[in-house]
Amino acid sequence: MVIFWVSVLALSILLYVLLDGFDLGVGVLFGLTRDEHRRRAMMGSVAPVWDGNETWLVVAGVVLWGAFPVVYASLFSALYLPLLLMLAGLILRGVAFEFRGKTRRLRWVWDAAFSGGSLVAAFMQGMMVGALVEGLPISHGEYSGGEFGWLSPFAVICGVGLSLGYTLLGACWLIRKCDAEVRASAYRLIPYLSLALLVFLIVVFVYALSEDLQVMRRWLERPYLFAFPLVAAAAAIVLAASIRRRRDGPPFYMGALVFAAAFGTFAITFWPYMIPFSITVDQAAAPHTSLAFMFWGEGLFVFPLMLIYTAITYRVFRGKVQSTSHH
Amino acid sequence: MNITALLLSRLQFAFTISFHIIFPSFTIGLAAWLTVLEALHLRTGRQVYRAVFEFWLKIFGVAFGLGVVSGIVMGFQFGTNWSVLARMSGPIQGPLLSYETFTAFYLEASFFGILLFGRSRVPPWFYLFSTAMVALGTTLSAFWIMVNNSWMQAPVGYVIQNGMFVSNDWLKILFSPVLWVRFPHMLLASYITGAFCVAATGAWYALRGVFSAEARVMLRMGLYLAAVLVPTQIFFGHMTGDYVHDYQPVKFAAIEGRWHDEQPASEVLLAIPDSASETNKYAISVPVLGSLIGSMSLHSKEVGMTDFPRADRPPVAIPFFAFRVMVGCGIAMLLLAWVGSYLSRKGRVEQSRLLLWLTFLSFPLPFIATLTGWFTAEVGRQPWTVYGLLRTADAVTPFLTARTVLISLIVYCAVYTFIFAFGIFYIYRLLRAGPAGSLVVHPAEATPRRPMSIVDEPRVTSAGEVPTAVHPLIRVQ
Repeated sequence: MVIFWVSVLALSILLYVLLDGFDLGVGVLFGLTRDEHRRRAMMGSVAPVWDGNETWLVVAGVVLWGAFPVVYASLFSALYLPLLLMLAGLILRGVAFEFRGKTRRLRWVWDAAFSGGSLVAAFMQGMMVGALVEGLPISHGEYSGGEFGWLSPFAVICGVGLSLGYTLLGACWLIRKCDAEVRASAYRLIPYLSLALLVFLIVVFVYALSEDLQVMRRWLERPYLFAFPLVAAAAAIVLAASIRRRRDGPPFYMGALVFAAAFGTFAITFWPYMIPFSITVDQAAAPHTSLAFMFWGEGLFVFPLMLIYTAITYRVFRGKVQSTSHH
Repeated sequence: MNITALLLSRLQFAFTISFHIIFPSFTIGLAAWLTVLEALHLRTGRQVYRAVFEFWLKIFGVAFGLGVVSGIVMGFQFGTNWSVLARMSGPIQGPLLSYETFTAFYLEASFFGILLFGRSRVPPWFYLFSTAMVALGTTLSAFWIMVNNSWMQAPVGYVIQNGMFVSNDWLKILFSPVLWVRFPHMLLASYITGAFCVAATGAWYALRGVFSAEARVMLRMGLYLAAVLVPTQIFFGHMTGDYVHDYQPVKFAAIEGRWHDEQPASEVLLAIPDSASETNKYAISVPVLGSLIGSMSLHSKEVGMTDFPRADRPPVAIPFFAFRVMVGCGIAMLLLAWVGSYLSRKGRVEQSRLLLWLTFLSFPLPFIATLTGWFTAEVGRQPWTVYGLLRTADAVTPFLTARTVLISLIVYCAVYTFIFAFGIFYIYRLLRAGPAGSLVVHPAEATPRRPMSIVDEPRVTSAGEVPTAVHPLIRVQ
């Protein structure tokens, strides 16, 4: 039962990162252009799916509460301010999809809300991951780090890193979904984004070495973990090759594979800890009656339906978004 | 009063949940009403039902979207501000709320898509079925929320293990008698909200002399529905009062404004309760009626608040006045619905401008009644979060500082005010434009998960006609 719910949680988070990752990235890229044509094409490429993508965050949140209440309680209260800013960002960018089309004079407000909200949400998520990796101060199952206990140079670096990563994913998505100028500029951007991401990885590595983070010891104990970076490296090579050959399909999948590898790295590195080095999966798991109650309804029946539904949505909206002339 | 993290967290929760409940209480009723309309359209084949359906489907889309957006915050707030509650009652409340997300997500998302795109692609009976499924989705969402809240009001089926509430009997939780009076009470509140909004819109058009066929349908159906629903609601309201009487005697005493035991008890109609002196000022009361309402008897003894230590009493003024505002709205709606239905049957409703004006102006009443009803229930539960088990003061995240919560409260207030001002303005614009020409051609990028996109840029021409909104630039192949 515990393993089932850990898997559902992990899958929900991974789906969230991959799916909302690219649409937050598109939001960041949206801020880089002023051209109305391109902006509409960019927004159109994620408009049919963004809401479904964000639902995975809510799913992960309620599964966390139901199946691992201790983690839900200590993590969310510890990350109070970053969560607040993330939610504010998500709300503003979310309604921008709807309200932008309803006004002309105030369109700039919603444009700013869309790109700004996306960037803030991405940055905050990266920061929270960074704070987790570095280790949140927790004593007796209760967060003890104070108002800004999550804030550190490492967390900030991770915030920048995830924003870059999402933007890369967003650019790969635009290549897949758009044509003309949007596609061309995404192709031009990707090498720079990849380079920046590589620099980020080196910085993180050096930082982790110099600070002697506990994470590093796990790697020496579990050498099979090196398989994940190898997968990521292979995916990065294919990504680079398909960018050179201007092939629209593969980059997004390769970008997603890099993210999945990174996610797998985290999950296996920290296993069995849910909050690194203080709360384990078994300590956090809700009593059997709760897990079983969830399993026999939503777990067994509704969850597979939700996966199928997501797949169908993407199938329906496959193919390129086309921009036609102005009216 | 000391500005503490506790006080600010309570304010923040009250603010965000009050803002949120406005939209679901409207859409749950509206979804049910859309189902009725579609069934009527199928049965009678009359085009006017179809036109009214399409019109309200657009409004449903915007209100539904606002409800979803404001609901996301709720799921996080238990963890951020109420971590002790989240940890202790997580094994019970967590699974209940996860059911809410899972069941509502699936039904609403899949079938709302068919409502938007499926008219020409599915057989009519299946379209009706889809409408009913969307209504079922919103209803299920309300159901799980009510299971959760009713458990907090009257905890059943639990044991305490390692400082957590753990269920030993889920069936007891799902079939709690408290739940099965409160859930219908909330559902009826939503239906009445829908009915009055529809009737008020009809009255508005009738006053302006536009869309007379649609206005007629809206006005009549709204008023007739309300004429049946409001008395039923008053009955369930009384049943809800019974559970409070039995399970939460101090809340009941606060609502009644009863400080001392009385036998037989009088009923305080109006007064200003004063907790310092533990008396009512300027009280207007009816003898014996209190016993009759409380226990259906002419002789029963009814308990007063002074039977309980001060630390266990709710702040009297809020439940006392909120309850009276709710009941007042209920009575006003009952009169309006009955008089309006009577005039409708006589065929004179369109001639009575006074009644049209009153109906038009009545649309805030169900919202006020729903909000004050919740104020009564939630503030009346104080000082407990989980009644009798966990105090609100002990449920708050222990290390939270007032400054942190002040920041979040300001951010939420600003963001909500900003987006809801726009949202309500767009709903107003849609209502104003009316149902003419509203057989919607859906823009290609409108999706089940993007309900609001079907109403982009409604432009009103001088004839009051709304050209259908099609995004000129983006098309998905």
